[in-house]
Amino acid sequence: MCLAIPGEVLTVDSGDLRTGRVSFGGVVKVICLEYVPEAQPGDYVLAHAGFAIARVSEEHARSVHSYLAEIETTP
Amino acid sequence: MKYVDEYRTAEGGIAYREAIARLVTRPWTIMEVCGGQTHTIARFGIEDLLPDAVSLLHGPGCPVCVTPVEAIDRAVSIASHSGVVFCSYGDMLRVPGSDRDLLAVKATGGDVRVVYSPLDAIELARRIPDRHVVFFAVGFETTAPGHAMAVLQAHRSGLTNFSVLVSHVLVPAALERILSAPQRRVQGFLAAGHVCAIMGIAEYEPISRRHRVPIVVTGFEPMDILQGIHMAITQLEAGRAEVENQYGRAVRREGNAHARAAIDEVFEVGSRAWRGIGTIPRSGLRLRPKYAAFDAEQRFDVAEVQGRESPDCVAGLVLQGLKKPSECPAFASRCTPDAPLGATMVSGEGACAVHFRYRRHA
Repeated sequence: MCLAIPGEVLTVDSGDLRTGRVSFGGVVKVICLEYVPEAQPGDYVLAHAGFAIARVSEEHARSVHSYLAEIETTP
Repeated sequence: MKYVDEYRTAEGGIAYREAIARLVTRPWTIMEVCGGQTHTIARFGIEDLLPDAVSLLHGPGCPVCVTPVEAIDRAVSIASHSGVVFCSYGDMLRVPGSDRDLLAVKATGGDVRVVYSPLDAIELARRIPDRHVVFFAVGFETTAPGHAMAVLQAHRSGLTNFSVLVSHVLVPAALERILSAPQRRVQGFLAAGHVCAIMGIAEYEPISRRHRVPIVVTGFEPMDILQGIHMAITQLEAGRAEVENQYGRAVRREGNAHARAAIDEVFEVGSRAWRGIGTIPRSGLRLRPKYAAFDAEQRFDVAEVQGRESPDCVAGLVLQGLKKPSECPAFASRCTPDAPLGATMVSGEGACAVHFRYRRHA
């Protein structure tokens, strides 16, 4: 149930709540952005049950690959 | 999809198979806490990449599985009221209650609807002011900010035809319970990444220290899980027991401060019954008295409900890592996803259902 899917913020809209149109591999949904006020168009967020719960850190996203590269070269 | 496909490569799986095999000198047992991780492990065959010395145990992190039978009975009772529209996440509909499930209520004319987000239920309540909309607020910390926002929205806009049936659980108390069992098998945890995206990682540090157990906050893609296992075993082999964060792309040390503030505004921590496990102190959330007007349990007077479980179901032992699904005599015979005895056979994240779907013939 705690599934969260990464999607790209396309627009940020202010109404009753701060929401935005977020693209999940081309499927666009309106997602509540109240909990990621720093998220801007072009950013990726993790969305769970209609709410963005975190902005994806590009730097840390790469560290998954660098960890593997590092242990592969360790004897 | 970006941030998905790149963490699912076959080369990565092969590289980890070799790296983990190089690392292991003796048997280790690691529990993945979250049902989403259980699903990834089964779906991508991750156990087949691990040496025989490494065992994975499936943890309690499946809300469908741990929501107590009394909560299902309350939901069934409320959903049976005429004038009520009962909204739920889809996977709660087939969870067996003492007598029947929510799908049976729907089949006999109850207005039970599946929603994607709690805000959909708010929207529905605004559209149909002559009906009362109840949202079934189940889940772990990941789901709580959305439920808090729904209550806040209802409160701010003066909605009087909306309430929530709350059955919220918290991960750290469950880990304490698992680690305190005398017959404990778990030596390290992959903690639930999205729970920690909300709550941060600090609350796991005293648990790791007190029980001398490595806890690696881990994501949900195959490369995340394999890295989490590698990090946990690295600690175990070195005799270390620390909290580490594999899932930095989503999890900050302090979690999500905005989401935590909303949870804290709407909910307070209390004891909670876990299906198959029993009541655990400080293991759940309930509405603060300030928001009692939105408490469906009070509104429909269903607090006193006595649930009955199938005597043949060992889901509680499975959820605590004390039994594997295949060790249950009813597994795949008297208990299947089409006719589940217990909740772990229902959800796509439930240990028994996952085992049935992907590993029955393994």
